[in-house]
Amino acid sequence: MNIIVCMKQVPDTTDVKIDPKTGTLIREGVPSIVNPDDKHAIEESLRLKEKFGGTVTVVSMGPPQAIDALKEVYAMGVDDTILLSDRAFAGADTWATSYTLGMGIKALGEYDLIFCGLQAIDGDTAQIGPQLAEFLDIPQVTYVKKVNIEGNELTVVRALEDGHMTVKVPMPALLTAVKELNRPRYPTMGGIIKAYREHETKVWSASDIEAEPANIGLEGSPTQVKRTFAPEPRGKVEIIEGDSAAEMVSGLVDKLKEKNVVR
Amino acid sequence: MDFRLNDEQEMIRSAVRELALNDIEPIAKEIDAESRHPAETIKKFAEMGIMGMMVSEEYGGSGSDAISYAIAVEEISRVCGSTGIIVSVNNSLACYPIEKFGTDDQKNKFLTPLASGAKLGAFGLTEPSAGTDAGSQRTVAQKEDGHYIINGSKIFITNGPVADTLVIFAMTDKSAGMRGITAFIIEKGMPGFSIGTEEDKLGIRGSQTGELVFQNLIVPEENRLWDEGRGFSIAMQTLDCGRIGVAAQALGIAQGALDRSVQYAKERVQFGKPIGKFQAISFMLADMETRVQAARYLVYSAAFAKDNQKKYSKEAAMAKLYAAETAMDITTKAIQIHGGYGYTKDYPVERYFRDAKITEIYEGTSEVMKMVISRALGL
Repeated sequence: MNIIVCMKQVPDTTDVKIDPKTGTLIREGVPSIVNPDDKHAIEESLRLKEKFGGTVTVVSMGPPQAIDALKEVYAMGVDDTILLSDRAFAGADTWATSYTLGMGIKALGEYDLIFCGLQAIDGDTAQIGPQLAEFLDIPQVTYVKKVNIEGNELTVVRALEDGHMTVKVPMPALLTAVKELNRPRYPTMGGIIKAYREHETKVWSASDIEAEPANIGLEGSPTQVKRTFAPEPRGKVEIIEGDSAAEMVSGLVDKLKEKNVVR
Repeated sequence: MDFRLNDEQEMIRSAVRELALNDIEPIAKEIDAESRHPAETIKKFAEMGIMGMMVSEEYGGSGSDAISYAIAVEEISRVCGSTGIIVSVNNSLACYPIEKFGTDDQKNKFLTPLASGAKLGAFGLTEPSAGTDAGSQRTVAQKEDGHYIINGSKIFITNGPVADTLVIFAMTDKSAGMRGITAFIIEKGMPGFSIGTEEDKLGIRGSQTGELVFQNLIVPEENRLWDEGRGFSIAMQTLDCGRIGVAAQALGIAQGALDRSVQYAKERVQFGKPIGKFQAISFMLADMETRVQAARYLVYSAAFAKDNQKKYSKEAAMAKLYAAETAMDITTKAIQIHGGYGYTKDYPVERYFRDAKITEIYEGTSEVMKMVISRALGL
């Protein structure tokens, strides 16, 4: 099975702070990590490879520093890593990014499965997977929390807000992974050493993947992010009164039941 | 001279740190309270290649440098001193002597399972009458056709009760004193080899420590490590590597206790402000931070010496001596900063305090470290 996984290096937003004056993210000094949902996609791909043989290739679009993230996933056990990097890719929205990744994947050749994380923790759009599948004209299933392959048949379980849905998908197909899918393995010591001493990430430019200049970067982006900000908190605070802790807790539970947060 | 860790070493640190926070820390209190061997953690270490970090790939290891090894032991010990020493013993005291002194057959048979983590190792040198005076061994190995018959006992053996493969020492020639000591590789289950008393310790209680008993234990000649009479030399060289591991463990314990203390100083409010705002506390923490950094550079420089020099006994001894004393100092102050709460089991610093003490004792007491260092000065 040849699997391609799309990965993004993102700032670790769990640690990130908002600048009180501008309301935007303070990116300085924030460590960069492999996007968490992408790790679940990589883990599942490695498990499928262990079961069925084949290769796992990870592709990323990003600046040169993204090579560190690619080394980390190489150390998890993937076979090859590709970085699509070019000044011309800068300023891309999800549309231009999907096009770029799609052209990179086309340059890679045949595949059985494309796996993406559900969404990136910095952009939070969840648009790349679906747009990429449309660009490549292959079926897609998002919110995948379980993958089963028997013979040549791929069946996945899709997480819904109030349940789940089992879907049979012909391959090649694109899946996006949620965190319930698996627990990603750690990179191994030997893997890390090979990643730094032996392995070379292939770096491809716009011309390497024959990308049309009009479709990439800022030029190829129909949307632009004008401002990112933390919204002002709205709503009022309600203090729950009571004579004892037990009474206050009971009052709280009643309120939560009213709002359908608990049953 | 570049004081920075390279990217490979940084990634090793962050991978081990993640494992430590997710999988080791949550059970650290429990394995100490129950004196339980963390088998599930060892399994994860095996998958990650941590049990034979410096062993060559050919024999199931990860082929890392010694600094990366020190970093791994440090990060593990930073959350759990017990787990740290289990890793250190397997790497330094079991894998290292077999890789350095073993035949290809011995390496294939014994080193590969140890390095890959399939089996757990231990090192049996200490006896009831031979601690610091390690040369005065009473365990004897009588040679007969094609094998040795071993009688005697070892005490205080880390991993002993749970080990599969052990490097042990016995006298093959009582008249030759230290030059009559020979090293052997033995395995759990060999008839004549049993585990005796298991120690009830002050600290590192998640690490199993016990007595090895040899009663007419028959060991084939091909299990002898190197030549007869070379045992003491093997033991001393192995302990140099072990001391880097223990120094890293002590460093990790100190760093972990320091982490907690800084956190507590920011949270605990007295007289209307966090106690870290008072110079009595902030100056104490400044001293602690400086000492831990000094210890860190001694540990890393000992690791660097191991990879770049033929002999590194002095560097390893200095690192262990200083890091162990640092761990004692930092953990004592950590409890002080936590006040009454630090004295209870609700907070982890009392465990760090109990764990620290052994680093001044095992694999060569601080006094022995001073002997090694002063000898290196020509005294």
